Amino acid sequence: MTDTPESKPAAPDGAGIIPDLQRRFGTDAIVPQPTRDRIPTIWTGADRVGAILRYLKQDVPQPYRMLYDLTAIDERDRAARQDQPPSDFTVVYHLLSFDRNEDLRVKVALRGESGSVPTVTGLWPAANWYERELWDMFGIAVDGHPRLTRILLPPWWEGHPLRKDHPARATEMGPFRMPPHEQAAMESDLTFRPEDYGMTRRGDDFDFMFLNVGPHHPGTHGLLRVMLQLDGQQIVDLACDIGYHHRGAEKMGERQSWHTFIPYTDRVDYLGGVMNNFPYVMAVEALAGIEPPARAKVIRIMLAELFRIISHLVFYGTFSQDLGQMSPVFYMFTDRERALDIVEAITGARMHPGWFRIGGVAQDLPDGWETLVRDFLAYLPPRLKEYDREVLHNRIFKARTQGIGQFTTDEAIEWGATGPMLRSTGLEWDYRKKRPYGGYDQFDFDIPTGRNGDSYDRAVVHIEEMRQSLRIIEQCLNHMPAGEYKSRNSLATPPRRDGALRDIETLIDHFIHTSWGPAVPPGEASVAVEATKGLNSYYLVSDGNVEAYRVRIRTPSFPHIQMLPMITRGLTLSDLIAILGSLDYVLADVDR
Amino acid sequence: MSPTATSVLVVVGVLFGLFTIASGLIWVERRLLALWQDRYGPNRVGPFGLLQVVADMIKILSKEDWIPPFADKPVFVIAPAILMVVTLLSFAVIPFTPLIQVVDLNIGLLFFLGMSSLSVYSVALAGWSSNNKYALLGSMRAVGQMLSYEVFMGLSLMGVVALAGSFGLREIVEAQKTLWFCVPQCLALVVFFIGGLAETRRIPFDLPEAENELVAGYHVEYSGMKFAMFFLSEYIGITLISALTVTLFFGGWLGPWLPPLVWFLLKTFILIGLFILIRAALPRPRYDQLMSFGWKLMLPLVLLNLLATGGWLLAMR
Repeated sequence: MTDTPESKPAAPDGAGIIPDLQRRFGTDAIVPQPTRDRIPTIWTGADRVGAILRYLKQDVPQPYRMLYDLTAIDERDRAARQDQPPSDFTVVYHLLSFDRNEDLRVKVALRGESGSVPTVTGLWPAANWYERELWDMFGIAVDGHPRLTRILLPPWWEGHPLRKDHPARATEMGPFRMPPHEQAAMESDLTFRPEDYGMTRRGDDFDFMFLNVGPHHPGTHGLLRVMLQLDGQQIVDLACDIGYHHRGAEKMGERQSWHTFIPYTDRVDYLGGVMNNFPYVMAVEALAGIEPPARAKVIRIMLAELFRIISHLVFYGTFSQDLGQMSPVFYMFTDRERALDIVEAITGARMHPGWFRIGGVAQDLPDGWETLVRDFLAYLPPRLKEYDREVLHNRIFKARTQGIGQFTTDEAIEWGATGPMLRSTGLEWDYRKKRPYGGYDQFDFDIPTGRNGDSYDRAVVHIEEMRQSLRIIEQCLNHMPAGEYKSRNSLATPPRRDGALRDIETLIDHFIHTSWGPAVPPGEASVAVEATKGLNSYYLVSDGNVEAYRVRIRTPSFPHIQMLPMITRGLTLSDLIAILGSLDYVLADVDR
Repeated sequence: MSPTATSVLVVVGVLFGLFTIASGLIWVERRLLALWQDRYGPNRVGPFGLLQVVADMIKILSKEDWIPPFADKPVFVIAPAILMVVTLLSFAVIPFTPLIQVVDLNIGLLFFLGMSSLSVYSVALAGWSSNNKYALLGSMRAVGQMLSYEVFMGLSLMGVVALAGSFGLREIVEAQKTLWFCVPQCLALVVFFIGGLAETRRIPFDLPEAENELVAGYHVEYSGMKFAMFFLSEYIGITLISALTVTLFFGGWLGPWLPPLVWFLLKTFILIGLFILIRAALPRPRYDQLMSFGWKLMLPLVLLNLLATGGWLLAMR
């Protein structure tokens, strides 16, 4: 390995918070850990974590206001832990401070098979679903949680899949059987019981109507189940049921080599295409210490922005269709086809290219790509202008969306909303500007924001982002650097073959890295990108093996869907559909 | 030919013509929408996809006649028939040409309004008997919407009646010999056409069906032939509103050079095209917005129109 081992990384950039915490809570309560991504990381115990998180959110100057992610690691089989405190299960709180523009990772070491942590739902409402996922996936109990039940898996599931002792493949399990009586029991488990969600069946002098929307419903854009408590057409309360689209993407990451997991990431936000590869390969590169060449970086940005447009066009079209407008969706899908044609010419695939590689991209750009991109750059802006007249300026469209599904910046931060959802409330927060990754600092573009945080502003932000993406693509086109499309680092996969036929060492290296895949040095890294729907990050843990020890996928849609009851109560069924359309979520992104 | 034979011929002819037009409209609408939406539409079955309707009919006729076990069976069966019957009956009073009219009632307009009120029953009963919450919500919306918009629709016609001095549709057409009523009654025309859109439950007034919200609304449980009756009634309804608009505001069969029937059909098809264009263009308002639009804008407008017409007639006397 040519890279420096993890025991000697540079000091974390935001080291200021750790001494502050150590002064307040004692050096034995706060144990720092170096990581490859330079996010300040501390270890503490389950008894102190509540107080520490409360301090970090409420009392510390420039507080950590967002619970960005909450997950766990089953440490029991981990080979290389590098002086970390002893732990069987580690709960990881990932916090985000907007004032500092800095993250903080708080890890809680749990010993034994059945650990527990106190709930932080009192601090962050967003913690609710994350803690349920913690219980669902790891069997880690959360004390004081209002409703600790399974969230992604059905209630009858046995075991907790992200534990290392849970089988990952069908061949490791017994044959699957579903006898009729069990099937009946499973189905009756799904019956909606309002009491489970704290809803009453009777109002003052009338009965509420309970309406089950989904999992198969044209307005839910996928397998989402929303259970409504209705008073006439008005929604009194509602609850969401997710998990119908769960594929165990994180578990698959532990069974695929670093390289072969890339196509799986494509399917997480299936509208985002290579945008999903982006955080994953960058996280692996952070672990392996690879710096992709300049051309690869610009190619990545160009394709990522192209996919932002592709995804936003779907959003725009389906949103107007949700409001009963029939035609725009056809126009926008036609435009999207044109963008997909470019993707196809460059990558050979359309929706799921899986085209980014560790250390670069799969191939160089084909001859003539400039013409395709230039044509598209000339084609789309007049179309977008036409859609403004047709959709955005339509008075019925405005009447249906303005003031509907509104929330403030503070609420967005409390609930973990990112991306266009957050920016529509007026906060200019885009990682492409705030923490330029992958070469975005070289580009000139604006970050559109809204004002009211309602469905209309969310649409406006999306549409303006398409225009900005076009600007970025134009700059990629005009300033595409020459040079290599993949790094020459030996961990870049698949490795370059040109030296392989000259000397035996390179041949062996090539053989091993294409058959087993690279062995990435031990360490931890999480890299976030401004994906189409918000902040998407991959938190990778390597113990020096040919596959990840733990892959955590933080997706933007998950917290966005969790906000739904908060912003929909008191509105009508029609508004629910308008809000669902404006949230721009993908169920595969919610359930992973 | 004896008068009986003539009237039987007219009835059969009108019925046949209507069914042909309604099923042809399915093809026309799909092709027109496709044209405006940059796609092909049905173009595989027969020349220009013209036989698509035949293929659809074969499919629909050979479908299992399914009634959900939880539905109220007799009401469930009778509901689509009511809609079909009353929409078809309304055509009885429409004068296609001076010679082709099933029955010349002197209260023709009231007969139409009565029939269109009855069609509310069909939608309400379909939603109720389906025993499905989506269907119920859809039919609740439909009843509220159709009853409200009927008020403005009826009131908007009073100006026409006052000008023509008769409820008979033939007299109304003949009163337009010098000037079509779309000029003096332009406000009424707008209100009547919007009311007609609401009566036929077309976008932007398709809240009772609202596939994005209520899946299919009041007819969510229907399939096969019974669904086809709702489906066909929608197109017959479009034809009815278009034909009535032509009769009341665009001089019916009147027009130079061409034979009366051609004029009538030409005008009707232009209006049908407008129905389809509106469907391609507009989104759907929310229920309360629909209601306030009706009661706060349409009603004052139509009352103003009535007042102005009355004042004009008084002054001219």
